[in-house]
This record gives sequence, C-alpha cells and structure tokens, in this order.
Amino acid sequence: MMTTETSGDVRLTGISKTYGSFTAVHPLDLTVPQGSFFALLGASGCGKTTTLRMIAGLEEPSSGTVHLGDQEVTHLPPYKRPVNTVFQSYALFPHLDIFENVAFGLRRRGVKSVKKQVDEMLDLVQLGEQARKKPHQLSGGQQQRVAVARALINHPKVLLLDEPLGALDLKLRRQMQLELKRIQTEVGITFVHVTHDQEEAMTMADTVAVMNGGRVEQLGSPTDLYENPQTTFVANFLGTSNLIEAEVDTRSGEDVVLKAGGGKLVLPRARCSAPARTGGKVLVGVRPEKISLTHADDAGAIPAGRNRITGKIAHSSFIGVSTQYVVDSAVCPEFEVYAQNIERDSRLVPGADVVLHWSPAHTFGLDAAQDIDAGVETAGEEAA
Amino acid sequence: MATVTEVEAPPLAPGTDPKPPKKRGRLVPYWLLLPGLLWLVIFFALPMIYQASTSVQTGSLEEGYKVTWHFATYWDALTEYWPQFLRSVSYAAAATALCLLLGYPLAYLIAFRAGRWRNLIMILVIAPFFTSFLIRTLAWKTILADSGPVVGALNTLHVLDVTSWLGWTAGDRVLATPLAVVCGLTYNFLPFMILPLYTSLERIDGRLHEAAGDLYARPWTTFRKVTFPLSMPGVVSGTLLTFIPAAGDYVNAELLGSTDTRMIGNVIQTQFLRILDYPTAAALSFILMAAILLMVTVYIRRSGTEDLV
Repeated sequence: MMTTETSGDVRLTGISKTYGSFTAVHPLDLTVPQGSFFALLGASGCGKTTTLRMIAGLEEPSSGTVHLGDQEVTHLPPYKRPVNTVFQSYALFPHLDIFENVAFGLRRRGVKSVKKQVDEMLDLVQLGEQARKKPHQLSGGQQQRVAVARALINHPKVLLLDEPLGALDLKLRRQMQLELKRIQTEVGITFVHVTHDQEEAMTMADTVAVMNGGRVEQLGSPTDLYENPQTTFVANFLGTSNLIEAEVDTRSGEDVVLKAGGGKLVLPRARCSAPARTGGKVLVGVRPEKISLTHADDAGAIPAGRNRITGKIAHSSFIGVSTQYVVDSAVCPEFEVYAQNIERDSRLVPGADVVLHWSPAHTFGLDAAQDIDAGVETAGEEAA
Repeated sequence: MATVTEVEAPPLAPGTDPKPPKKRGRLVPYWLLLPGLLWLVIFFALPMIYQASTSVQTGSLEEGYKVTWHFATYWDALTEYWPQFLRSVSYAAAATALCLLLGYPLAYLIAFRAGRWRNLIMILVIAPFFTSFLIRTLAWKTILADSGPVVGALNTLHVLDVTSWLGWTAGDRVLATPLAVVCGLTYNFLPFMILPLYTSLERIDGRLHEAAGDLYARPWTTFRKVTFPLSMPGVVSGTLLTFIPAAGDYVNAELLGSTDTRMIGNVIQTQFLRILDYPTAAALSFILMAAILLMVTVYIRRSGTEDLV
C-alpha cells in the first residue's frame, strides 16, 4: 500500500479556502502517500470537494501550499498540473465521441498517434465497442467509465475523483466501487476520492480522512476509524454508535470504571481518547453489532466481566441477516442493537425486559467536551 | 375479478378531464392549432399562391394582368437585376460576418463573465427594439453625416483613404456608400445574432471548461475545441436570423445608400409601388426566396448541426 518513494505524494500544507467571511476549509495539513487510495469523507458542505479542487487547481487556496511530490503546484493553472479529475457529473464533451473524449488529454499534449493508447484504455474500462458513440448514447455507468478512462490515459501522478459514483443506482455503484478498486490496483496511481457515502469510503480506500465543518476530524484506515473513533462526529458518521454519558468512578490498572445510570461500565484506558480524570465526564460508546441481547429472565447466565445495561425493547425490525432492536434504557433512550439471526429467542419482542451486554474491549471513550485535538495516535500512525 | 376491473380503470393523466375521454376531448389539440393554422393560411399560404400566379401573368396596368404562364419573366428579371442580387448577398454576408465578430464576444461576456450585470446588459442589447426600425436607421444618417464627428475622425485617421481605395466609401463621405448600408444592416440585426448566441453559450456546462483545463487545454484551446463547437447551434441560427432578413432588406439601402447601393429589396419595392410591374416584382420575390432557401440549405448541411438554437 505504501512505498518509501515520495515523488508521487500529495502534500497539503496549511491549505485553506475562504469565500468572503465563510471559511470552506480551515488550514489543513494532509499527506496522501503515493499509490494509495485515499478518501475524503464528509457530509455535503464539509469542504471535501473544495480541498479536491485546490489539488486540481480549479480553486485557488486562500493560504498554504500544494505539493505533488517535490513540485510545488499551488499557483499552477490546472492545465499545467500532472493531475486529472473525474468530475461528479462526468463532464464528458457532448460534441465528441467516446474515442475523442478519451484522446482529448493526449492530443492537447501533442501526442500524435493516440489510437493504440486510447484503444488500450477503452479495453481497460471495457468500452472498446463503444468508441464511436456519443456520450449521451451511453448509460450512466458507461459514461462514468469513460470519465475514468479520459483521466487515467494521461498517467497523472494523482487521480482526483469527485463523487464519481453519486449519480449511479445502488447496484451499479457497488459494481463500480469494485471496478475502480481493481483499476487502481492495476495502474498503481494515487487516487483521491471525495464521497459522502461512508460505505463507499470504507470499502474502497486504504486511508480515509473524515471531514466536518472544513476540518479533518480524523484520519486513518477504515477499520481504525470504525473501531476507534476519536470524536462523536466520526463515531456517528461512520456507521452507528451508542453513546452514553458517564462519570469516571475509579481507574484500576488498564481500565477505567465509569458510572452510568445505576450501573458500572468498564472501558480500557487505551480506548479512551478523553483524559479520564476521576469525577470527570466521558462519553462511552459501543457499536450496535458488538452488543448481545439477553432476556432479563436469563440474566444470571451472562458471563461475569461484561458491561451490562438493562432496558426494554422498544422496536425490532427483522432484516434478514440480522434483527435490529431499539432498546429503551435509563442511560440512553434509543440504544441500538444488531443481533445476528443465528438462534432467535422468541421472547425478544417489543416490550420485553432485556439485558444488553458487551465486552469491555469493544467500548470506546470520547471526550464529553469534544476536544478535537485528542487522540493523535492513530492519525499520526497513518500520516507517517 | 372485481379487483381486476377496478385496477383496470386507467389512471388519470394530470390535466385531463376526469370524465372518460369523449371524441370531443381528443379533438381539443386540433382546435387549439386552428387559430395558428388559419393565420398561416390567410397570411402566408394565400399570399404565396397569389404571388405565384402574379409572377406568371402578362398584361399592363391599363388592360389588366392575366395568367398566361409566362415563365420568361423570371429569366428577364434575373438577367436584368442580377447585380442587385449579388449586391444583396454580399452586403448581407458582410453584415452577418460583422454581427458575428461583434456579437460573439459580447454574448460570451454576458453568458460567462457578466455575473450580476447579466440582465442589465441583456436589456441594453434589446433596448433598440423600443424604438422603430425606421427611426433607428435614420439616426445613423446623423451619426454618419458628412460633417459629423465619426466621418471627421475617420478622415483624420486616414481610414477613409483605405476604404475609398477598397470601394467601400467614396471620397470624404460615408453616407450613400456601401459601408454605410452594411453598417446600418449590422446595427439593425445585431440583436438577432446576440440572442441565439447567448442562449447557446449560456447552456454550456461550466464544468466542461474545467474538464478541458484539467485535460491540459489552455484557455484558447478550450475555446476552440470545446466552447466554440458547442455554440455552433447558436452561430448557425444567429447567422440565419441575420442573413435572411438582411438579404431582403431595403430600408438601410434606401436611407443610408445611393442608387449605386440598391439591393434587391429596393428593386422589388420600386417594381411593386412605383413602376407597378407586378409580375416582375413577384418573380423577383420568388427568385430571392429560392436563392435564400438554397444557400441556407447548403449552409446547414455544411455546418453539420442537428438542431438550431
């Protein structure tokens, strides 16, 4: 995934963008290692597209610098940068056929014989048959592949993808995710992918930067972000988290013991991104699929040492592979639990009293005051 | 079965009568077409037929004209007035070219750069229409007057020496020369060039410019390879809307020209209203129409655009 060579790295240093009094991107430092598949993930308006456009040269940064490898490109116009973009709506030239669309970049750089390269590229995206069609004669998925081919044929140092799959339906999107991943592995070019779809970012990217309000909230591998969210935003934006407000009771060795409602919860200190001072507040989080659900009558059978919370099932919905429960408990009114449908307990219906329990190792702690600077350990690891 | 019949009741399309469609309902679109069709029949088809029959009549004003299928009128008209035909086409072509040269940058500016000034500039483009065609053309008489500042400036800069040498002006005068007529035509038909150009340019997705830049096209290359080809429908309809009326125009040549700048429109007007030679006037009209149709067909075929505007 990462090579020691840095000639293809994208380095953003203190880069920011303001429009009048509105700050779209706060000063940001980011390094995308060569050959990686990097995703900028966030809700619309979080600054991810602006960041991408500053790398492409379509937006002039208000401050900071952009480096591609050793070359500073901050003030270079887009046509002088060794990067290419796959635009959100593809932006294929409607008056040119597929062949000419793909050949556009080569021709602009004065390449005389483009036929062989274009044919090869069209084969790579499996569109060899469509070369003489106009873009509007192609389906959305095909147009998307043309847009990728048109950018990739130039062998850019970095390929920028601006929500490239946003216009496709779910099934096609899944298919294209795999396709793009395959192409990236095949050509080995750095991909920077902007998306608001957390599933897309997690399945495709090696490294994900979660952006919120013009800042990077957290950067890391998908597993890292999912298992060890550092902020409530990340915890909630990537999948679902149950967050419980708790008070630090005691600290014993590797663990922190917290009081929540009437009961006690154990949290490994290593998984707490907040300074756990005795008497201080901490947000305790746990993912819905880590939780087991046991009917209150069987509470005695729950192994010792697990975190427990009692509650009453408010809703349950059967979705095939799993059943999703919403449990009303004293510490959290809408506790979500996803239970695999292996052995279904027929007593677990809305209204039933239940005990929720999970391993302390699956618990994470977040600062109740939401200090974003906390927990640089995971992010630092990736950026190195 | 009962449910099936219920389902079969056709869902009502929005805007249709809730009652089951009767014959009358289905005829509504045709009734709506009727006024327009009547208009076309009365004011276009009938006059055309009348003109066509006039063009093959012979006789005199005193004895009256009769249809004698005298097609020789066409040949006579063409041999006598071909210089005016040629002049009309060349003046109209010159005016169209000037309109394109002046109008394209302006339309581009309005479409891509004007920002909040866009509406104001559009109003300024259309503003001349608030006064009559005649008055606007007469105003050019003042602008190009022999003692006016324009002629004075052109004289000082020795521009008139060059244009006189080219045969566009005569001596120290601009009025009553081909240049004046072409200027008048250009001015009067410029909005007809700008509006379709603007519509066509404004419709171009700005991301295509970004995409071209991203694919190593410099701004000028982006214009040549992306913007201009995509604005072709506007160029074609703009040139047609300028060329066709300019070729048949007689007001500009009448007011700003001289006997040496008479266009075919002036000839037709004289034949109809002064000489009262209706067959020749009608034949000239048909020749002009056929010539324009032929040129336009060739032009559209050549430019290869599928849709106008």
